[in-house]
Amino acid sequence: MTEPCLQVDDLHVKYDVGSTGFGRRRWLHAVNGVSLRIEPGETLGLVGESGSGKSTIGLAVLRLIEPFSGRVRLGGADVTGIPRSGVRSLRRRMQMVFQDPYSSLNPSMTIEQLLQEPLQIHTDLSRGDRQAKVAQILEAVGLHAGYAVRYPHEFSGGQRQRVAIARAMIIRPELVVLDEPVSALDVSTQSQILNLLKAIQDQSGSAFLLVAHDLAVVRLMSPRVAVMYLGEIVEEGPSGRVYDNPGHPYSAALISAIPFPDPVRQRASGRLILRGELPSLLDPPSGCRFRTRCPFAMDICAAEAPPRVPIEGGGVAACHLHAHGPRLAGGSVRSLLTARVLS
Amino acid sequence: MDHAKEPLLEIRDLVVQFPSQSGWLTVVDHVSFSVGRNDIVCVVGESGSGKSVTMQAALGLVQPKGGRVTSGSVKFAGQELVGMPNRQLNRIRGNDVGFIFQEPMTSLNPAYTVGDQIAEVVRRHRGLSRRDAWKRAIEVLDRVHIASAASRAGDYPHQFSGGMRQRVMIAMAIACDPRLLIADEPTTALDVTIQARILQVLEELQRESGMSVLFITHDLGVVAEIARSVVVMYGAQVVENAPVDELFRSPRHPYTNGLLEAMPQVALDRGQAPVPIPGVVAQAHAWPQGCRFHPRCGFCEPSVCASAPVALIADDHGLVRCARSSDLRLALGQAATERSVSAA
Repeated sequence: MTEPCLQVDDLHVKYDVGSTGFGRRRWLHAVNGVSLRIEPGETLGLVGESGSGKSTIGLAVLRLIEPFSGRVRLGGADVTGIPRSGVRSLRRRMQMVFQDPYSSLNPSMTIEQLLQEPLQIHTDLSRGDRQAKVAQILEAVGLHAGYAVRYPHEFSGGQRQRVAIARAMIIRPELVVLDEPVSALDVSTQSQILNLLKAIQDQSGSAFLLVAHDLAVVRLMSPRVAVMYLGEIVEEGPSGRVYDNPGHPYSAALISAIPFPDPVRQRASGRLILRGELPSLLDPPSGCRFRTRCPFAMDICAAEAPPRVPIEGGGVAACHLHAHGPRLAGGSVRSLLTARVLS
Repeated sequence: MDHAKEPLLEIRDLVVQFPSQSGWLTVVDHVSFSVGRNDIVCVVGESGSGKSVTMQAALGLVQPKGGRVTSGSVKFAGQELVGMPNRQLNRIRGNDVGFIFQEPMTSLNPAYTVGDQIAEVVRRHRGLSRRDAWKRAIEVLDRVHIASAASRAGDYPHQFSGGMRQRVMIAMAIACDPRLLIADEPTTALDVTIQARILQVLEELQRESGMSVLFITHDLGVVAEIARSVVVMYGAQVVENAPVDELFRSPRHPYTNGLLEAMPQVALDRGQAPVPIPGVVAQAHAWPQGCRFHPRCGFCEPSVCASAPVALIADDHGLVRCARSSDLRLALGQAATERSVSAA
């Protein structure tokens, strides 16, 4: 078996949020024992809502924040075990594209300077070679070569995001973390960027970790998906299977919450609407963290953390429903939704 | 006074301008549409389409921001709002017309409890006593499904989650039983599961009270979920106006069609890559000549589309602003048919 591009084992990230007043520190456990793996050239989608810890994982993988424990390996190289000073050389191999292209590009640098900077830091190319690379990447992201002398404020959101992608891709990294790359963009330009990302990945062979809240976007972009809730992965598997036959009630709720642009179809489909509020990460629920909002919660859900169960069609889900109560035994949560009309 | 047939809100030829370095820019350009009684109308468009400014102008909120309404009319229940003195407008805003904005945290005062803030609105507009106003606050919090409303009314905004704050905003907006509720992107900053809950609450309130709702959004998925009729805006103009089922079954304007084709959900359904709209959104400092969408339109015929302004004309389903609408009927309809076939 070949070495995976990215391997994350039992990652924990905690934020220190001050003391309780009795000298004890309080920790916000943002990522709680997450493991995942991405093959070279593959895209893994990481979905979840705000507070799920999905962005924190992206940042911890690049060591833009320090993990509390666990291990991150990039193509066999240990990212977590090396001193901070060594991280920079690894950044040549992994890059990030942020959500907001308005704040992620330095407004006082021209597009040319923005794109040359990673080459200056990570390569020893001559000035001429760097300029050739800049021209090449501008073309690849669909921007006119003449734009190189302009500044970010002269561009629309979609164009800025093209620059941000060009900046990440120009050193041909093995892994790119894309944190909500289209959610700040206008609807008509979102799909331009999605198609661009796919085309550029075909060319470069980079692996993507795509962090997004929109399951439709993730399914379109990545063959595999991991669903996060309150710092844990509750389900993972082939995107098509998770989307059509979710094995975890939270995945089912997330999918059914995406409004489909067809009024006739929406009236016909029952929806799984979650009640209650997202619990605090300072004091997460015992047992299964989703139980306080789960329409199928049972006694065991409060008592024991759910086991990871293989799901028909591939992947795993962490849910008691597969062994207790209705005993889905690896089947789809959809069978429960049709059996029981939910408001 | 009120005539049952007359729309509750009627916007006619509204023109709004804002100052810029190069003079006044027209950001709402002869916009007309109406909201009937017991109706839910969605205005959909991207940034810069003029959808939010139209709503702000209707409520007399553009002047404080430096803008001006240069012509047109906004009638609410027969009363003209354009040019109405602020004192009179204040009696309508928050009373007959409730509104909700995108960011609930900046719309709530962090220094007062949510109960106090709602009670204040009722006291001012309805002249209720403190005790009755507080009772009303609890009642409306309960109606938007805030659990244990009686005790939560004494909490401050920061003690609520984003989704709950938006429900508090809705409670405040409906506290005086408005006849019209204007909601400007009320779910855009929220997670999808929270959004689903907010839309459910809004629909339930509308059904129970019979108030009208004017809902502004950029998300066609949300439109399909909540609207009865839809106004599509592009480049400060209305480009299409139709009942919701018609609009999604057979979009008449290439822009509406393009927005649908660009959506990941639609692409997934068809097992294809999404079809983006090329180019960038038109901007007020340089509206294209002729049809404002023509530089991005795959159906553009330069001789027809690129010179003369295009009028909003009625066809058998609604209103459309496209010089080629009669030729395109088939082309756009086909795309929609494929969509409904694969959706079935």
